[in-house]
Amino acid sequence: MSKPKVGFYWCAACGGCEESVVDLAAGILDVVNAVDIVFWPVALDFKREDVEKMQDNEMAVCFINGAIRSSEQGEMVALLRKKAGLVIAFGSCSHLGGIPGLANLYNKEQVMKTAYKDTVTTVNESNTYPVESYKAPEGNLTLPSLWNTVKTLDQVIDVDYYIPGCPPPSSLLADAVNTILQGKLPAKGSVLAPDTALCHECPRKASKPEKVAIKEFKRPHEIIIDEEKCLLSQGLLCLGSATRSGCGWVCINGNMPCTGCMGPISRVHDHGTKALSAIASLTASNDEAEIAAILDKIVDPAGTFFRYSLPASLLHRKYEAPKEGGK
Amino acid sequence: MSDIKNENKPFEPRIVAFFCNWCTYTAADLAGTARMTYAPNARVVRIMCSGRLDPQFVLTALREGADGVLIGGCHPGDCHYMEGNYKTYRRFVLLRRLLETMGIEKERVRMEWIAASEGDRVQKVMNEMAGDLRRLGPLHLEPEAIDLHAALHGEIKPMIQEVAR
Repeated sequence: MSKPKVGFYWCAACGGCEESVVDLAAGILDVVNAVDIVFWPVALDFKREDVEKMQDNEMAVCFINGAIRSSEQGEMVALLRKKAGLVIAFGSCSHLGGIPGLANLYNKEQVMKTAYKDTVTTVNESNTYPVESYKAPEGNLTLPSLWNTVKTLDQVIDVDYYIPGCPPPSSLLADAVNTILQGKLPAKGSVLAPDTALCHECPRKASKPEKVAIKEFKRPHEIIIDEEKCLLSQGLLCLGSATRSGCGWVCINGNMPCTGCMGPISRVHDHGTKALSAIASLTASNDEAEIAAILDKIVDPAGTFFRYSLPASLLHRKYEAPKEGGK
Repeated sequence: MSDIKNENKPFEPRIVAFFCNWCTYTAADLAGTARMTYAPNARVVRIMCSGRLDPQFVLTALREGADGVLIGGCHPGDCHYMEGNYKTYRRFVLLRRLLETMGIEKERVRMEWIAASEGDRVQKVMNEMAGDLRRLGPLHLEPEAIDLHAALHGEIKPMIQEVAR
């Protein structure tokens, strides 16, 4: 019997998700024994035309990491959707939008201007910007277009399952591959990770006071962090109460607060808003002016609570009123 | 909520109001029995305590077609459940800062303490808010994030499935 075929692809991502595949280390040999990897541009020399030549649903499963923010990525994932029986959004960026999703706080023009003009290390006196089409002596040259809004994978194509994390722990990937090989698939749309909040399983849970009340929010560089005590009770913005577990507490064990990369549990729709709600309600004051002063210490609510989930949030992006004469 | 969306008529804002059972909702009731007239732009949702208000409700209302959200609770010190209104206030402060970053005018989400006896205050706040929103104009968020029908008929949108059960 031929082995099931598997593909990996990346879109707007940093490459960390590919690392997490490699982090299977010797375990990757078990994967290779069980499946045929037929597409993995980062590691193996396959091209787009190899995918185009495949039959529909020829790949059993395709893992796609990264957010979708260009016409090329949109085309590629639509093609992979056709060729793969199962599509798995792999990692925070394809699951919720991830770090690239923070570009949704700006529009395309602002992003281009920052990248090609405003950064201190950029010299661009002639105001040269990339164009999507250019007439050269050799013919018309084209580039894919950058979208105004960064999207999650499931806002572009149908997605069967999600593996969260930035990057996803290798253990979740190994579990997912085994689950698929054994055919024990959960309901479509499931996130293949435990469905409990990180706080619930936190190794520091015993040190959490019965009632957490925060008089002063602190940033990690401002204090010496106690290595045993609940990070939230030390005033740090730890998002464990609103975030899915399954990460292996790598940040907590590194004495750093949870930043929320695993996304929400299944009963929460908008991770950032829920985290904002949970943290704000812990403010230890009943005085309106004092509450505002304490919360002012959270300098960047959008970047803090929506670090990995802005495109998947209820607002998706910064609101831009339509121009006059529009809808 | 398409009833007042008519291309030929001047813009009338849609307000979703979350009123606490013990104070503001009772005050709105009082305004009604006292036959006070005020802007008819709000759909009132009664919640047991303003502290029940999950900020996701506010954003869902805006996403699904509201131009503004009004939150009404008991005055500080008067909460039926001791400190539900303080919790809401804390969330509201941070939520409003978030909305500003996200390009949504702060007048669109308003919070007021209105006691059960203050029917006249309901009248005043409703009129003020409708006026503010008429000046600001409509909020054009595409209603798409939550497909209630799909959620109730088996497609995965777990938050709503849980509620529906």
